[in-house]
Amino acid sequence: MYRIVRKKVLNPTVTLMEVEAPFIAKKVQPGQFIIFRVDEFGERVPLTVADSDPEKGTITLIFQIVGASTMKLNALQEGESILDLVGPLGVATEIPEGAKRVCVIGGGVGCAIAYPQAKKCFADGLTVDVIAGFRNKDIVILEDEFRAHSHELIVCTDDGSYGQKGFVTNALQERIDAGIQYDCVIAIGPTPMMKFVCQVTKPYGIKTIVSLNPIMVDGTGMCGGCRVTVGGQVKYACVDGPDFDGHEVDFDELMRRSGIFREREADCRMMMQARQKEGE
Amino acid sequence: MPNMSQVKVTIPEQDPKVRAHNFEEVTLGYTKEMAMEEAARCLNCKNMPCVSGCPVNVRIPEFIAQIREGNFEGAYEIIHSTNGLPAVCGRVCPQERQCESKCVRGIKGEPVGIGRLERFAADTHMQEGKSEITRPQPNGHKVAVVGGGPSGLTCAGDLAQLGYAVTVFEAFHTAGGVLMYGIPEFRLPKTIVQKEIENLKALGVNIMTNMVIGKVLSIDELMADGYEAVFVGSGAGLPRFMGIEGEGLAGVCSANEYLTRINLMKGYKEGYDTPVLHSKAVAVVGGGNVAMDAARSALRMGAEHVYIIYRRGEEEMPARREEVHHAKQEGVEFLNLNNPVKLLGDENGRVRAAVVQRMELGEPDASGRRSPVPVEGSEYELAVDTVIMAIGTSPNPLIRTTTQGLEANKRGCLIVDEDNMTTKQGVYAGGDAVTGAATVILAMGAGKAAAKSIDAYIQGK
Repeated sequence: MYRIVRKKVLNPTVTLMEVEAPFIAKKVQPGQFIIFRVDEFGERVPLTVADSDPEKGTITLIFQIVGASTMKLNALQEGESILDLVGPLGVATEIPEGAKRVCVIGGGVGCAIAYPQAKKCFADGLTVDVIAGFRNKDIVILEDEFRAHSHELIVCTDDGSYGQKGFVTNALQERIDAGIQYDCVIAIGPTPMMKFVCQVTKPYGIKTIVSLNPIMVDGTGMCGGCRVTVGGQVKYACVDGPDFDGHEVDFDELMRRSGIFREREADCRMMMQARQKEGE
Repeated sequence: MPNMSQVKVTIPEQDPKVRAHNFEEVTLGYTKEMAMEEAARCLNCKNMPCVSGCPVNVRIPEFIAQIREGNFEGAYEIIHSTNGLPAVCGRVCPQERQCESKCVRGIKGEPVGIGRLERFAADTHMQEGKSEITRPQPNGHKVAVVGGGPSGLTCAGDLAQLGYAVTVFEAFHTAGGVLMYGIPEFRLPKTIVQKEIENLKALGVNIMTNMVIGKVLSIDELMADGYEAVFVGSGAGLPRFMGIEGEGLAGVCSANEYLTRINLMKGYKEGYDTPVLHSKAVAVVGGGNVAMDAARSALRMGAEHVYIIYRRGEEEMPARREEVHHAKQEGVEFLNLNNPVKLLGDENGRVRAAVVQRMELGEPDASGRRSPVPVEGSEYELAVDTVIMAIGTSPNPLIRTTTQGLEANKRGCLIVDEDNMTTKQGVYAGGDAVTGAATVILAMGAGKAAAKSIDAYIQGK
């Protein structure tokens, strides 16, 4: 059992939880993930770790409420426990050696995973620009945290209700056009966003690291559910990733495969909402 | 007088038409009377050929004699003295290739139903047995076991019997390995696996779940933490794919994924959150036990057509005869001497058909089986909405790639000496991690042998 020591609602659909997991806290590096199972009936769901405190023995998870499992997780309160938590899984992010200036791009809840990347690069003495994109003002998260661990922060919203109006790709293009030279771009967010960031960086040959989140069951290479085609080869996101060279990833295949249980996800959401209403 | 019937006492089974739609156990097991009658077929041979066919050397004629006498608990104790998981082995061992293949009664007629009798003794003990498990006197030594599958659990049990403080590090949220995630409920009820695990705990074995060794702790860290020896039984969990066009389509998965969703995550049961594909027409590629398990599970999940596509003939199938027979009875359609060459998708990227090529048998290959040769121009389309690949697995690289000094062969299997020690001092290995995908009982045999070696190693230090 893994006790929740802190819970904070970041926006109506995104929650932060700090959880006791001493073994994981000691080892986890930016880019690695855990798999949780809320209770006996729950699915195994992967979440990239947003932060860790080895001394306190805790890790921080930030998640969006999208299906039955994240709803169940969100229903837990401080002091309650998650049944299973396994990790750290996957390979830690590797910033290319000698990189001096990086651009960390987060889209929506992907900012939760982009944040530890920015923090690590900043701590390692790199020049760090952060572009954080959201649909609108109401769902902006981690602004203060990013500001504290970057040299420049650009917040953009699709509708212009906060920060710069437009997509993260527009902001990135503008900066490249202005002559800023990035040694590496780290893009983490919805799959289409990562795909389009890669399209922006490819002509300039800027190394672009993406963090994929395909369907997964065990997280140790056993099920093959998370297989993605990278550079024409089949890779397992759980053991070979979740980070990959974005210019090599077959994003279209990934998006098709991720949709296989989507109807079921929607059903679950409706069912859980109905149950919650009954409870009220 | 022995019972000279040439055939085994028939074992009750669920009707194929009924069981094809439920996950309850297919074979129901002997009654006391049936067991005693079958036990009477054993001639109690002095040279005990059957025992030599058992990887853990169960004293077969001795336990059968006890059943014949009606002393079922006595039979159980004899089995349990060399086999830590009798209820499991009685169900999933390929007895026809092991103990029963050596049985004298098999020369003329059917061999004694050793597996059925082992299962009977184990089940009767679970229901009626009174013997309390006593914890052995601790001997002050610590051993770590990586992986809670058949080899790891057997190794842990044997070492605990000798007084070692054993900790099993299991990557999943529950121990059992392939017994939990792979073999379906209808062949091996999970309550039975859990009961065997509870027995190990009662013996003093400590099981830590959610611990992926190689990630959360390394083998070197375990040894620095005071574990004097480590047994690696991490299995052969990496699924193979064919490398054909269309394998990236939605609706194509490994048997591991399909079976894990159903068995470990209980996706077939009301109330559990893990989704399972609900398919109309399923193609399972492969001819082993895992392929049969996947196909029979797909029927139970409600598929209208389930095909086994196997590139050789039925004679060459590696699956147990009994499994093939059961699958056929339940309505699985066998497309032997067929091989998929391409998978086709619909406009949404979901698989809609397999392009299948007919094969014929040529000369024997390295495995001694006649090799399949494609028949040119024989391709046809088979309409399916799910394709499950069950063409084998290879060892998980997580441990080998994170432990210095641990050597593996080119197939990724850990190299061990005759005492089951790896190339790293004090680190032993066994089961599928060493052999590549094999059987539960061979893994148990390796765990047993390793426990003996580990004991000798620690006592000799």
